[in-house]
Amino acid sequence: MQLTLWTYEGPPHIGAMRIATAMRGLHYVLHAPQGDTYADLLFTMIERRDARPPVTYTTFQARDLGADTAAIFQDAVSAAYERFRPEAMIVGASCTAELIQDDPGGLARALALPIPVIPLELPAYQKKENWGASETFYRLVRALAGPKPQLTSREGRRPTCNILGPTALGFRHRDDLVEIEKLLAALGIAVNVVAPWGASPADLGRLGAADFNVVLYPEIARAAAQHLQKTFGQPMVETVPIGVGATIRFVEEVATLAGVDPAPILAGAPSRLPWYSRSVDSTYLTGKRVFIFGDATHALAIARVAAGELGFKVVGLGTYTREFAREVRAEAALHGIEATITDDYLDVEAAIQAAGAELVLGTQMERHVAKRLGIPCAVISAPMHVQDFPARHSPQMGFEGANVLFDTLVHPLMMGLEEHLLGMFRDDAEFHDGAAPSHLARHGAGPDAPAKTITPPPVPVPPEGIVAAWEASAEKELKKIPFFVRAKARANTERFARERALSRITVETLYDAKAHFGR
Amino acid sequence: MNAHVSPPAETGCDVAIRQERGQRAVFCGLTGIVWLHRKIQDAFFLVVGSRTCAHLVQSAAGVMIFAEPRFATAIIDERDLAGLACMNEELDRVTRRLIERRPDIRLLFLVGSCPSEVIKLDLPRAAQRLSQSFAPDVRVLSYSGSGIETTFTQGEDACLAALVPELPRAEAGAAPSLLVVGALADVVEDQFARLFDGMGVERVAFLPARRAGAMPSVGPNTRFLLAQPFLAETARVLEARGATRIPAPFPLGAEGTTAWLRAGADAFSVDPRLFAEVTAPGLRRAEQALAPYRTQLGGRRVFFFPDSQLELPLARFLSREMGADLIEVGTPYLHRGHMAPELALLPAGTQVVEGQSLDAQMDRCRAARPDLTVCGLGLANPLEAEGLATKWSIELLFTPIQGYDQAGDLAELFARPLVRRTRLEV
Repeated sequence: MQLTLWTYEGPPHIGAMRIATAMRGLHYVLHAPQGDTYADLLFTMIERRDARPPVTYTTFQARDLGADTAAIFQDAVSAAYERFRPEAMIVGASCTAELIQDDPGGLARALALPIPVIPLELPAYQKKENWGASETFYRLVRALAGPKPQLTSREGRRPTCNILGPTALGFRHRDDLVEIEKLLAALGIAVNVVAPWGASPADLGRLGAADFNVVLYPEIARAAAQHLQKTFGQPMVETVPIGVGATIRFVEEVATLAGVDPAPILAGAPSRLPWYSRSVDSTYLTGKRVFIFGDATHALAIARVAAGELGFKVVGLGTYTREFAREVRAEAALHGIEATITDDYLDVEAAIQAAGAELVLGTQMERHVAKRLGIPCAVISAPMHVQDFPARHSPQMGFEGANVLFDTLVHPLMMGLEEHLLGMFRDDAEFHDGAAPSHLARHGAGPDAPAKTITPPPVPVPPEGIVAAWEASAEKELKKIPFFVRAKARANTERFARERALSRITVETLYDAKAHFGR
Repeated sequence: MNAHVSPPAETGCDVAIRQERGQRAVFCGLTGIVWLHRKIQDAFFLVVGSRTCAHLVQSAAGVMIFAEPRFATAIIDERDLAGLACMNEELDRVTRRLIERRPDIRLLFLVGSCPSEVIKLDLPRAAQRLSQSFAPDVRVLSYSGSGIETTFTQGEDACLAALVPELPRAEAGAAPSLLVVGALADVVEDQFARLFDGMGVERVAFLPARRAGAMPSVGPNTRFLLAQPFLAETARVLEARGATRIPAPFPLGAEGTTAWLRAGADAFSVDPRLFAEVTAPGLRRAEQALAPYRTQLGGRRVFFFPDSQLELPLARFLSREMGADLIEVGTPYLHRGHMAPELALLPAGTQVVEGQSLDAQMDRCRAARPDLTVCGLGLANPLEAEGLATKWSIELLFTPIQGYDQAGDLAELFARPLVRRTRLEV
């Protein structure tokens, strides 16, 4: 049993729903108890879709358990086929139905429907949402991708590719897709099929007709792309084009596979991020301590943007996607830190505290931690809530995505002048420690909020060390350090004192430690 | 799917009640946690279930950013199912970790789910065991909020029913007291307390109380009024402890509130003149607040999908006080006894449907083209996109709607989507 305050991913059948809802002409019959229809709300409310997801639930109740739940399932499959007339169907069980073991695949097969019916085995007590999406997409591609078509020679026609990965309920998938299609069009590459987003089962049958595959979200589409590589010999591009550098690499790789010239696309200044980041206003961003957590795709990409394109210092990096732990560990090692690979919210909270971060880039869950610790925060990855399905165009990918990232990552921070003046004058009635950045007037403890100082819980002390006592004067001096680096200064000073076995921390110790560690 | 039509049941009134079975688009009882954890301020709700359960609760409540959430899930994993880990030991370990982190918790609910019920994990015994080990700081209770057993608000019923055996005993010779049952907004609770006080009913208490240590006592001289229509089990266990239910319609709208208060007043022999005097100002304000909405809601054709069991009293309010026409009133469950005063007030011929067969019901709704459809959030946007005005029903649980001074707000909730449609120019 795992104590879970917040879960980063839903159960695997939610992943399957994300595939079914992204597609057209596909219906999902889910053996599930009454109540599991809450999942519809993710699509109709959080993503604001204007139609019900193409999912029929059996919604069995306790009184049905004594009777024939298998018959209820078969009735549901028949009724769904009659009503919706889909091109293909997927069938599976939710966590509770998995316990009663009705075998949806076998039951559906026995009905002998005149369409492909693909059974899903999604172990709800081992696997999670992204795995469920990946597995469902893979099963669909395997079942429907048809025979290898006769490809005409590359001469005299445009190169073509498939775009794989965008789903319903994906973090900015809608707008990422627009950016990527724009880039591919500018390169003169035709898009054969986008899947699962907007694709029908018949479209999946045409996947083999492309020259290569673009995998936008490896968590969801790597397995399917590997299958296509094996079956049709289609190479794949797996570079995730989030950030300026990654987008350039992506364009180059795609251009190489397509045999086209990337230079016109890369000429000039396709993104504003490099100039914004070089302009002197951004100098104060240098070395800001940032903690990054999310799905592997976004965590990896954002770590590179934060360090290489904004000049932050990455003091924490982690993911809840265990399948990609190796890549994340390798990236963390480049920053001289150890990756936080966990799906336990409390572990992430502890890691953020220990890292003394000034900015958290994470998921909806990290917003809870950041609120508790009084640290600025921006959302860069699923899970997210309704505010991260914006009406405006907000890609993460491509050159426009980099523009969006610059704004998103800088926005929660105190702006330069304010930060300076706070460091110089600390008793101002309006601009003071613990007041939120003034461009975020209503977030956190505003000037009108009751005076409540944000005291971050102490950083956990290793058991072998005893914390030296702070003299009152040193404690007072510590308060003169700007609040966003104060926790780090406290931890450093205590570490300094511990390593030297000092019993008391004086003003001198504080400045000795400052000189020792630098910033 | 497996829908079937049964002949109208014998109800003793002119309302046609039909039962329907099939796919149901409703919440499970776990959802009750979303408001119960705000009502009982030192309680914590630990769901024992799967990742689906955790995902449900956070999808419902996670848009609020919590520094310290008061609900969590102990997720059952494959080791538990394979018997590799002793589930009771695991549960104890998880609970200890939780209590260490949140020493301010006084009341812990272990909340059962579909998985824990299907594998028959004995949560009542676990609660007993943990209660002993945490005594006297933390009391541990259990109830089931599983989808297979409970629908949406029935989670509150199960929670309150779990509290009842724990309530202090009121002595047999104690003076008669009034217990108002059902989680109400604090502001509504205070209004009702003032009204009863004005009538001279002195001993009035509310269940649940705002703090775990302040729960009311119950005994043979306790009379209770249900403030919510979904409290079948809670009423049963209160009666088992000797308390007596006062039958009444529910306090929605001016008429409902007056009838509800009068039932309470009559049970305590309040002088009718005093009753009229005390209720007059509220009644006048309610009438004043409701008047402007009559033009907006009068003659509107309303369709209710089943959700919370509030549908019958709401339909009664809309039809009798606002002049709306009722096409169909769906309810997930119909307690004939508790609902009798409401059924008697519904207009003759009202079509009441207990249960659901989703696709068939949506077909009926589309065919009827109602002016306003009251439904859950899974259906609301899709129906809006089909051109039907909707009122999402969950809001009725999260908004103060009971009593005189909320009658106008209640009407406004239904009028708002209609007004909005006239305002938008794009």
